Amino acid sequence: MLGYILRRLLMVIPTLLGVAVAVFFLIRVMPGDPVVVKLRADGANVTEETIQAERKRLGLDQPLIVQFKDYMIGLTRLDLGKSLWTGQSVAGEIALRFPVSLQVAIMATLIAVIIAVPLGTLCAIYRDSWLDNVIRVVAVSGLAIPGFWLGMLIILGLLYFFNWLPKIGYVSIFEDPITNLSALFWPALSVGYRYAAVVTRMMRSALLEVMREDYIRTARAKGVYERLVTRRHGLRNALLPVVTVVGLEFAFLIGGLVVTEQVFNLNGIGKLFVDATARGDFTLIQGLVLLIATVFVIVNLLVDLLYAALDPRIRLT
Amino acid sequence: MSKFTVSVVTSVLASLAMAGPAAAETPKKGGTLNFAVVAEPPTTDCHATGTFAMVHPVAPQYSTLLKFVGDHANQKIVGDLAESWEVAKDGMTYTFKLRKGVKFHDGSDFTSADIKATYDRIINPPQGIISFRKALHSDIGSIETPDAYTVVFKMKQVNASMELHFASPFNCVYSAAELAKDPDYPAKKVMGTGAFQLVEHVKGSHWTAKRFDQYFLKDRPYLDGFKAFFVKGNAVVPGIRGGQFDAEFRGRTPAERDQLVSAMKDQVTVQEGPWITNILLTFNTSKKPFDDVRVRQALTLAIDRWGGAENLGKVTLIKGVGGVFRPGSPFALPSAELEKIPGFWRDIEKSREEAKRLLKEAGVTNLKVKLLNRTLDQPFTPAGIYAIDQWRRIGVETEHVQVETKLWYDGLGNGNFDVGVQNVSDFVDDPNAQFNTLLSKNVSSIAYSQHTDKKVDDLYEKQTRILDPVERLKVVNELERHTLTQAYNVPLLWYQRIVVNNKKVKGWELPPSHFGGQTLVDVWLDQ
Repeated sequence: MLGYILRRLLMVIPTLLGVAVAVFFLIRVMPGDPVVVKLRADGANVTEETIQAERKRLGLDQPLIVQFKDYMIGLTRLDLGKSLWTGQSVAGEIALRFPVSLQVAIMATLIAVIIAVPLGTLCAIYRDSWLDNVIRVVAVSGLAIPGFWLGMLIILGLLYFFNWLPKIGYVSIFEDPITNLSALFWPALSVGYRYAAVVTRMMRSALLEVMREDYIRTARAKGVYERLVTRRHGLRNALLPVVTVVGLEFAFLIGGLVVTEQVFNLNGIGKLFVDATARGDFTLIQGLVLLIATVFVIVNLLVDLLYAALDPRIRLT
Repeated sequence: MSKFTVSVVTSVLASLAMAGPAAAETPKKGGTLNFAVVAEPPTTDCHATGTFAMVHPVAPQYSTLLKFVGDHANQKIVGDLAESWEVAKDGMTYTFKLRKGVKFHDGSDFTSADIKATYDRIINPPQGIISFRKALHSDIGSIETPDAYTVVFKMKQVNASMELHFASPFNCVYSAAELAKDPDYPAKKVMGTGAFQLVEHVKGSHWTAKRFDQYFLKDRPYLDGFKAFFVKGNAVVPGIRGGQFDAEFRGRTPAERDQLVSAMKDQVTVQEGPWITNILLTFNTSKKPFDDVRVRQALTLAIDRWGGAENLGKVTLIKGVGGVFRPGSPFALPSAELEKIPGFWRDIEKSREEAKRLLKEAGVTNLKVKLLNRTLDQPFTPAGIYAIDQWRRIGVETEHVQVETKLWYDGLGNGNFDVGVQNVSDFVDDPNAQFNTLLSKNVSSIAYSQHTDKKVDDLYEKQTRILDPVERLKVVNELERHTLTQAYNVPLLWYQRIVVNNKKVKGWELPPSHFGGQTLVDVWLDQ
């Protein structure tokens, strides 16, 4: 097992290297001059001389190959460079926002799993009953309603009923749990609803599939209680595809809360990504893509490890 | 014999001038002002940027040599760090007497050396330092400091706008000692002589500052501090309604104003006035048929600006009919004169008939226009749509190409457009700044219209060198008439600034620019 984990972790290096090279050149193919966007913001008059001076200051006057060499040398030292927009270190910019996105992703995952696993199980057990139908309607609604739109409804609801909105500005949950949760619960809920809908449907179909398996029939034939059959033999096996979906959704949420973060004024990775793209902040985009690639790789590894834990037949060698 | 124009403004007078509508009430001390900033500053160095996103959170920490006070209708210059100043009759020397007893946030004393170091940095930035307004200060020849509280600017040549730039909110005064240690310190550390001291800047989130107890106006600031939140524009209305913040100073749309007033009724105050920002239609004169003045005139004649102002003003930020200058500006052409210029006629039917005639005379039939625009909703999209509709009425077909900002800049720079929609914005009504976009391509780097017109450039240079305001105005008006008639660039409409704040925010007046009036020295909370 340990050898497997180490091998998988070593494979991260060429994966991220490939991502780094691809993103470096792809971004530079994109039209648009980040220096012009930066200096001419707000309709400002600025001379060509100033623009060239800024370009030089940022190293954008260097040939592409020189910029690439500097970037790769920086990566070997885990230095992602400096943001073209703020001049601050890319790692610092990301580190500032990562806890926000991570916590919303974790809370949304918890909301999704807590809601979806029981509801999906109930749907499968009471297939085609009124309960199944009601839950399926709720789940389909969750798939149909975009998270950001639900977020806007939540904000309007809070204003309409309570004339209140949570405070802006991230406070660590360890510092002030009430302020933290009152700010992050609502975005987690708006994202978690769609997430729960996906997982509920996956849970239902996976459990229905598993409950048709021969070993379930055998367990029933042996006289095992139905509840035990479902919980021990059915649910555990049905969780394999659910874990995959949860893992992918979680990884997506780290950088994918683009609009939701804007709706709730969260200073997260998704908002940073949008801003960086709009400004053509090459170095920041590179850092963010690497971060998201890393998250996907790590989450996939964790999912594989969870497979082994859930299904004794799977051996990680 | 030289005669000096003397301007002496004491702090008491300045305070009275700034008090404005709040004068009737006694300001209360205390409280933290929470306000939204709908963009993020790229830097904290005032000299290196031109965006309001820097001014709103950063300006309260700094002072300037002079500053503007008063609302949009009563703008005037008073001393900030300068106690008084004299301008030589020939306009070649500016002598400033500085306040004594002013402290930087690190406790060091402010002297004339700080002014010299600050302006040296603007005029001749050290290697690696960006000076955004270097060109505007290029007429300054030398800076002398005869004593610790006197600074003398000697000009290379007369610049009639110089006084305005000494009051620029972007010319924050930095510590000479700190600049000597690190010329880039303002980008790394916020340390000035302003009324507030930076506490924390969390990028992408907020900016917190507290009162500077040793601020040179002993009874100011009134606030204990302020907190600026960096949010998207659509977060402002719910934010003010939900108590997340008390104010947003850039400006809201009419619809947002109505939403806030409807929801909060008398709990908000609304301030409105003309804004030194316009939507400018730029004709690409390097492409046919836009090199023909008749075609350009036809396209501007087709636009009903007076009708547009009335209707667009209800739903967008643009509302004012004006030429090169903001309506109400001291440099603006009188309405009667403006209405004689093609594109500004009151009789739109006659105007459109003339437009059709000019197109026919130019031999242009079935004209198709590629209109390059930004994907910004307010007011770029409605402005573009309005122009398209107006041109349709004289048989001109338009392709509306809306792209994100960086592609839009690319398109303007590369000349990949027939007509471009852009906005021009500045901190003050200044012919030097406002004509900059309208100059010939070899004179101005932002002359996207690509034209060459010696008369424009000569008149521009001439007005810059005339100190007599009346004589200068005559040349400015002549230049305006000429540029609008040649129609290389024509203003569509001017912005109307609408600021809606919680009614507890007092002592803030609406200047004509979102770059000015943000030191928060006189702002207080009625709570």
